[in-house]
Amino acid sequence: MELIDQHTKKIMEGCKERALDVGLRFQDETLEYIVTNRDLLELSPKVMIPTMYDYWVHDVQVLQGKGRYELYPSNPYETVINTRPAISFYNDNNPDWLNVMIFYHVLAHIDFFQNNQYFRHTWDYDFTGQALADKRLIARLRSEKGRWLDYIIEFTRSIDNLVGYHEQLSVLNRSSVTAPSNILDFYFDVFLQTVKKTKVSEYIKEIERYNDSIKKHGDRGEKHFFSEIRRKHPEFDAIYKKSLDEKSDKKFDLIQHIIEHSGFLKKDENKWMKAVMEVVRKTSLFFQPQIRTKIINEGWASYWHETLFLKDDRIRGHEVDFARVHASVTSLPRVGLNPYALGMRLFYYIEELADKGKYSIEFKKLMDADKREQFDTDTGKGKEFIFKIRENLCDFLFVNTFVDQDFITGNKLFVSGRRLNQAKRVWEFYVKSRKVEDYRKMLLDTLYHPPYIEIDLEKSSNNTLYLVHHFEEKPLVKEFISNTMMGIEYIWGGPIKLETSEIIPTPPQPPAGFVAGYPIPVKEERKKPEIKWQRVLYTMENRKISKKNI
Amino acid sequence: MDPKRIKFYNRLKEEGLTPEREEKILSELHDESTHDLPDDAPTSESAGTKTFFNVPYSIYEYNDLDVLQAFTALQSTYNISLRSIDELLERDRQREKDGFPKKINVGRLIKPGKGGKDKVVIIPTTVEEKFVHDSLRQDTDEAEPSGGTGEGEEGEVIGEQPIREEGAPGAGPGEGESGPHEMESSAYDLGRILTEKFELPNLKDKGKKRSLTRYTYDLTDKNRGFGQFLDKKATLRKILETNITLGNVPDISDIDPTRFLISPWDKVYRILSREKDYESQAMVFFLRDYSGSMAGKPTELVVAQHVLIYSWLMYQYDMQVETRFILHDTEASEAKDFYTYYNSKVAGGTKVASAYRLVNETVEKENLARDYNIYVFHGTDGDDWDTEGKEAIPELKKMLAYANRIGITVAQHSYASSQTSEVERYLKNSNLLTEKKDFLRLDVMAEDADEPRLIEGIKKLIGE
Repeated sequence: MELIDQHTKKIMEGCKERALDVGLRFQDETLEYIVTNRDLLELSPKVMIPTMYDYWVHDVQVLQGKGRYELYPSNPYETVINTRPAISFYNDNNPDWLNVMIFYHVLAHIDFFQNNQYFRHTWDYDFTGQALADKRLIARLRSEKGRWLDYIIEFTRSIDNLVGYHEQLSVLNRSSVTAPSNILDFYFDVFLQTVKKTKVSEYIKEIERYNDSIKKHGDRGEKHFFSEIRRKHPEFDAIYKKSLDEKSDKKFDLIQHIIEHSGFLKKDENKWMKAVMEVVRKTSLFFQPQIRTKIINEGWASYWHETLFLKDDRIRGHEVDFARVHASVTSLPRVGLNPYALGMRLFYYIEELADKGKYSIEFKKLMDADKREQFDTDTGKGKEFIFKIRENLCDFLFVNTFVDQDFITGNKLFVSGRRLNQAKRVWEFYVKSRKVEDYRKMLLDTLYHPPYIEIDLEKSSNNTLYLVHHFEEKPLVKEFISNTMMGIEYIWGGPIKLETSEIIPTPPQPPAGFVAGYPIPVKEERKKPEIKWQRVLYTMENRKISKKNI
Repeated sequence: MDPKRIKFYNRLKEEGLTPEREEKILSELHDESTHDLPDDAPTSESAGTKTFFNVPYSIYEYNDLDVLQAFTALQSTYNISLRSIDELLERDRQREKDGFPKKINVGRLIKPGKGGKDKVVIIPTTVEEKFVHDSLRQDTDEAEPSGGTGEGEEGEVIGEQPIREEGAPGAGPGEGESGPHEMESSAYDLGRILTEKFELPNLKDKGKKRSLTRYTYDLTDKNRGFGQFLDKKATLRKILETNITLGNVPDISDIDPTRFLISPWDKVYRILSREKDYESQAMVFFLRDYSGSMAGKPTELVVAQHVLIYSWLMYQYDMQVETRFILHDTEASEAKDFYTYYNSKVAGGTKVASAYRLVNETVEKENLARDYNIYVFHGTDGDDWDTEGKEAIPELKKMLAYANRIGITVAQHSYASSQTSEVERYLKNSNLLTEKKDFLRLDVMAEDADEPRLIEGIKKLIGE
């Protein structure tokens, strides 16, 4: 890996100026490296982070099980990484005009990394530096502990898709205004209602007393109000503090919970494992937003590389070259989903609608189709609107909020189906639906969504850890359950229980009219078999798995 | 039908055959297929379908480097991996000892190539197991929906793709799947991951030596006056010589070194020099039974194992080991390269002796035994029309006279696994396996053997 030459760097700096002019915001410093295929081979298993810790699985071809089930975010092949300064990777023989296009794409990604709220937790430090420190820690521990270190990495990685990413974000984004009145909420919502079980009339009296106190003493009203309470209920402070402790406990994700409470890790000789687990957890947290912003991030970058490239005076004469490459990147495939194409079109669509003022109450109130069509208040706020979207939305909200029937119809989108034609022995691709509900559902179904698994503290007892997989109409991959639980059992040091839902298998019934030896007739409306669910409890104890229905 | 084959069959019949043997032989005898090389598989375009089916299905399969900069798709990581399969398998064994399930799969991966020429590479693989959602499979006839764009009414069929069935003709070795050139290069890569711990056994210094492009550096050249390392013995000899010439040594039987005159020119040094490296020559014969009974799994196994051995040889001995390829049914013939050897289709009857005879003839005719270490690897399903090995055993004995190692692999059909195969039986009866333990090895495996088993087998065949 070497840095790009001065000539190319100058082009990059020119791109930065132009990108800043249109409103993109990013740190001034960036690093651009030329990479060879060999470099990529080393980088891609490490998710393009050059300083990522070593782990033997990185040296082995990892089967992704494409199409079989929704596996771990495998996003190994990015051109720019979210570090400080941001690092991007280039082919050594890109022509200048192509580099201009890629630079704009990269700058828009950097802008996205550094402004989108889903990346909030990555803003305050440089991940490559952090990763380097972690890598050294792991290398040192490996020389001391040998293969046991790799086991700890493996077992922690087996649950690193369950990290409390949203919990962490919510802490960072919580406004500080509500904080002081937590105690007030606690007094009225919990203390009076559940602890003291006061009558309604008394409850109302307290509210009145509070309002009077505020009226009388102004800013100091709340303090005055509570001094009265403390006289009346001396135990109030203690109860409040206890509730705070309990609350913070619940916010732990699985890895954190194990680090804090595992009997096994508490032993002196095992304490080093906690550091390793923390490294794996932090690394996973870092990558969480990436996988949740694929469409919006690529759409944003494609939108800007197109907009900025066409305006750039330095690349006159390469419009046709650009058009070729750009089309291959952002054309909608006949069958399949292209995040670049989809995201970019959605941004253009939203911008146009916002420019016409169609995201407004007035427009929503309009029922007349013609009037809706002609509605245009010429707000000129389109750009501002999409900048807000890039700041606040992730893939789910982006798709769920803005994909509507007009967008589908305008871009001739449809849900494509693939079915087996027994008679011709072929897969048939067909237009399944052009309705927005179906299209949106199909899109949302393809988005990354890890299972929602929580610790049930009440059911966990005596060093047993009780996990609950909340039902979302999706089963877990069965063959992975046992080994994953075995890993958790090892680092937890006690039995593990997992509550989840499974499909009751129904015996396949030959469709009506089936005659052996003849192809199955394809019916227009074949009834979908109803899925029956069964709640089950897996138990892993002494590396043995058992299952029972509950 | 081949008249020679019928003649052979008739002769066998005169000698007496059990009904089941006869049935077996007849089935091969009436097999009309030939040993052709497969045609290149038709490309998907020529099959009349459109190419849009290759578009990635998931949005997460797109990435900037590929899409924007057209970086070629990721090659398997074993190229950079310093780990050998052996090391990984060792890790797996250790896992088992520690009470954890194994993680490594040594699998054959088919890399789709251009024009339907897929490439088979052997790669260690693993899965990172986690709690992840499974997709809901309600209907096996209907795949997960995806996106699409363009014209078409709801319900309209916009394209078709033939179902690629597993085990269909055109897949698997012995049926051909890769271009000749790719075969060589991928085999070389594969050799790198097989451990260097394998070594050809019983390697001897033999006759003709041939210089390799490899050099070693050693302090072998002598130089007077200066150099890196003073050669004391040579220097002393030189000094003595000078002093005798000068008449400084009055009595040769009583030398007094303190009176020596020493000229700087007398000092003899060693200096670093480039030496050509010489190595023993080796010739490896690969023998493959491509009779009709070899159809399916046994061929796959035998060929896979020979690919492994061949790859390892190419890498370990830097392509300096010479290889010969012999295919046999009732007749044996030499294949011109590994590609032909690898891909020729199965057909015809079985006579193991024919291959052994061809090896013996070749060795004799070309006088190979004098100059080469000779290794023979033979793969078969153990079936032989020559039930008693009446012809095979004498040929084998002849071969043992010069061969450094003969490794025979028997890949047994599952239907035959209950009984020992003919080849195995007559080898055991001949006692050669115990008498000539150092030179003859036999490895019998079931047809469902996996790659680790194949590697295990190689160790058995070439182990000390």
